[in-house]
Amino acid sequence: MAQKAIREYDGKALFSKQWENYFSGFHYGFKSVLVTSGAELLAKAEEHGFEWLKQEPLVAKPDMLFGKRGKNDLVLFKDQKPGDVSLEVAAKWIDEKISHTTTLLTGQHGTLSHFIIEPFTPHSQEQEYYISATCVGEDDVLYMSAEGGMEVEEGWDEKVNEVVIPIDMDDADMEREVKANVPADIPAQDKAKFVSFAIAFFKFYRDMNFAYLEINPIVMLDNNEMAILDLVARLDDTAGFMMKETWGDIEYPTAFGMEDMTPEEKAVALADSKSGASLKLTILNPMGRVWTMVAGGGASVVYADTIADFAEANGGSIADLANYGEYSGGPTTGETKFYADTIIDLMTRHKDPKGEDKIMIIGGAIANFTDVAKTFTGIIQSFDANAEKMKEHNTKIYVRRGGPNYEKGLKDIKEAADRLGLYIEVYGPETHVTDIVRMALEK
Amino acid sequence: MEKLYTRDTQAIFWNNNKTAIQRMLDYDYTIKRDTPSVAAIVAPTSGNKFEKFFWGPDEIMIPLYKSTADARKEHENTDVLLNFASFRTAYDVTMEAIEIGGFKSIMVTAEGIPERLARKMNNTARNAGVTVIGPATVGAIAPGAFKIANIGGTIENIVNSKLHRAGSCGLVTRSGGLFNELSNIIAINADGIAEGVAIGGDRFVGSVFIDNMLRMEKNPEVKYMVLLGEVGGTEEYKIIEAIKAGQITKPVIAWCIGTIAKHFSSGVQFGHAGASANADAETAAAKNKAMAEAGIYVPASFNDLPGTINEVYEKLRAEGTIQEIPEPDMNVVPKVRRSKQFICTISDDRGEECTYAGFPISSVATPDTGKGIGDVISLLWFKKQYPKWATDFIETVIKTVADHGPAVSGAHNAKVTARAGKSVVESLVTGLLTIGPRFGGAIDGAAEHFKYADDNGLTPAEFLGHMKKQGIPIPGIGHRIKSLKNPDLRVTGLMNYAAENFPSTPLLDYARTVEALTTSKKENLILNVDGTIGILMVDMWRALGYSEDEINEFIASGTLNSFFIVGRTIGFIGHVLDEKRLAMPMYRHPMDDILYDVPEAEEI
Repeated sequence: MAQKAIREYDGKALFSKQWENYFSGFHYGFKSVLVTSGAELLAKAEEHGFEWLKQEPLVAKPDMLFGKRGKNDLVLFKDQKPGDVSLEVAAKWIDEKISHTTTLLTGQHGTLSHFIIEPFTPHSQEQEYYISATCVGEDDVLYMSAEGGMEVEEGWDEKVNEVVIPIDMDDADMEREVKANVPADIPAQDKAKFVSFAIAFFKFYRDMNFAYLEINPIVMLDNNEMAILDLVARLDDTAGFMMKETWGDIEYPTAFGMEDMTPEEKAVALADSKSGASLKLTILNPMGRVWTMVAGGGASVVYADTIADFAEANGGSIADLANYGEYSGGPTTGETKFYADTIIDLMTRHKDPKGEDKIMIIGGAIANFTDVAKTFTGIIQSFDANAEKMKEHNTKIYVRRGGPNYEKGLKDIKEAADRLGLYIEVYGPETHVTDIVRMALEK
Repeated sequence: MEKLYTRDTQAIFWNNNKTAIQRMLDYDYTIKRDTPSVAAIVAPTSGNKFEKFFWGPDEIMIPLYKSTADARKEHENTDVLLNFASFRTAYDVTMEAIEIGGFKSIMVTAEGIPERLARKMNNTARNAGVTVIGPATVGAIAPGAFKIANIGGTIENIVNSKLHRAGSCGLVTRSGGLFNELSNIIAINADGIAEGVAIGGDRFVGSVFIDNMLRMEKNPEVKYMVLLGEVGGTEEYKIIEAIKAGQITKPVIAWCIGTIAKHFSSGVQFGHAGASANADAETAAAKNKAMAEAGIYVPASFNDLPGTINEVYEKLRAEGTIQEIPEPDMNVVPKVRRSKQFICTISDDRGEECTYAGFPISSVATPDTGKGIGDVISLLWFKKQYPKWATDFIETVIKTVADHGPAVSGAHNAKVTARAGKSVVESLVTGLLTIGPRFGGAIDGAAEHFKYADDNGLTPAEFLGHMKKQGIPIPGIGHRIKSLKNPDLRVTGLMNYAAENFPSTPLLDYARTVEALTTSKKENLILNVDGTIGILMVDMWRALGYSEDEINEFIASGTLNSFFIVGRTIGFIGHVLDEKRLAMPMYRHPMDDILYDVPEAEEI
């Protein structure tokens, strides 16, 4: 996926790094630290430049891509009263949070691990504003509101002004549009200031190749001091090659509550990152009985669709589908064997609870340029290594593929399975791509 | 633009992707196209001028260029750019091509172009009226006319999927892998496709379903359309609107893949970057339902799609909308082909009579043909028929440089060798091997330096200063005894001929202003015969319409020297034959003519 969420801390760090290039005239202190434990926070406070951790009241909150932290009671800003959180209290609070699992109001659950700690910023509700930008359809849209915080989300339509900025709009027009659409309820004395900040914000969003950037609230303090209290950001990671220097070594964490990847998924992801070919694996249900090894992104989707359709129509359910994934782009024999080994290993770990056969779908559309016989060589090697396990689980293999050298590929895989005593049915382009799913599941 | 491509469509292929280009040419040969679908290749880092490809059992050469602009300038009939640059450069290549102009469609294969750049690229193309196919696509095909790169797969699959001739279906998909599959399904259940586009898997693609389907609506070969959409985005709703508005009247069969997504709340990315539902209306199920309600043929599942296609096809056949399509003759691409080691582009001895650049020898040899040695040179050296004033000039040059007496070093060498008892050819080459920067080289040097000065608009004084800085005496200037008052009549002859017969002589005119300056310093610093020949050759090529780059290449490759070699060969052979005739003995240089100064070598 092209859009990747980044931590609030990293977003703020990018603001800070670029501040003078975009927001000169405004001030931003960037007093933020990112820690994974109380001890780390205490250690940070001893470093030069982070004395403020000991001197100022603090705010602490998880920095793990999910929002609504206030509503989830995950923002530490008071001990006895607002604005009295000391370093020690914050450290203790963090250690408590990482000691158990947390369930959000959305039902997502997991263990908190990353926290952002900042000074408590006293301010009034009137000083809070909302600003964000993203791409809608073909155009960029800038959203501005005189009300920040949770209020803006309740009553979005009345409170937020939108500015649609087409990709080819020049800066003069963009600036005029922003000025013309600035929320009317921003106090007159702050309007010009807000407009110039909003224009700079949009340019920053655009030039940094953000896919989404939201500050809620942004607080305009005296002396042009800006406080970014809460920030959500996604980058367009396809721009990574041009932004390498600017972005630095930015991290794309997995969303909180997403179960961490299994070792097998991680291994496939690692192999994918090292290869010119594409290898993808998501385990949907490790107990499922239908395992797929499908070539091609589009084909993998239609196989998944069709398995869901036929499972439900034949007394099964979506739970039958064990995995989703694909291999494509001409993987080597070694890569294909590794991928097949991984899937066969997962498939043969658990007996089917209802005692049914395991089904392995080796599917694919008619390849444009991948040599089918070559990729099947890797699968055959995997059959050789795993045949006994596959037989123990009554594995039925269904193959369908077309493309360069497919006749040889199909012949080879059939011969190998027959030699090993594996159940196999083999089809070429004369059979509809997903019809092997029907054959497998209607039985 | 009713049809995306025709049998005459020719493309510039950006990136020398040999396998993909060969697949296109195999397709062209199979469907019996007259011209290759790739006219030129842009390969910015290649030093080669062409690449060889098979054309059926034979081989052809496709020229390579350093830039799109150069390729387009030389191939003005190309209106398709196949942009196979990487995701790092694909944007720049497309933007440059739009700027150059003349391209009706640009196909972009790279996956993962930064989204902001992709949006800018697509928008610029749309404003310029250029159809962008992709990014992140395997391309498009107009069966029987033009096929992009790898789409359709192997030649066997192309024929099996009836992609070798136009059928009745207009096909649009996002996925490139499933495009092939759909072509196959349509070949099995109907009569193949008339035009097909895989629009690409990235979030921002240039031409979307509606752009392609509105074009197909106007293409009379398309009788119905098949759309394979995906979960995510709202492009399919534009088709519904177009049907409601009466802009699409042909039957449409459609299916959105990704119905699986409804079973998983979040986190699993099914399919392409563009495939992620942000709202209920973007789910595959919602789009399939909406399309069915709008009267589009929507099967119950992807597995039922073949049946639906067959049903619509049979209905249109029964109505008489679709007629039987005759199967055209096809060429068969040989399974085993061998690349040739040598290439010849000037003469051909395979027929009844050997030809010089297409002209049988007998048609240029005898006097009644009116052709001279100048014509033969123009055919064999330049593969062109030069006009008479030019071939006469060439002959004049050859005659002028044929000999310059026995004392010049080349002739002397030839004579010494002949006296050593060697053969004509051995003696001749010792003379020829003397030709180089100091002997005969002034022709090259004069052409090169005077042209440089003229090209860069140097005044005569600036030119002299420039040469002084380089530490080189100006080639082509100066004579041992001749001066303005005592002119070299060979030079006068050449100049008079040029004045009477050349359309114009800009470089000579410039050289004369230089000569005016040099002779004002010293009487004998006149434009000599070497300089005049070199400079007039440049003027001849300019008048014949060669580009400055081509002329520079002639100079760099030693073409000017070649005229001197041919001419002086006549003289050298004369001297060698003279020695044979005189039966002169072995030559030994008199010792009193040698300064001996041989100190003893020091030990180091």
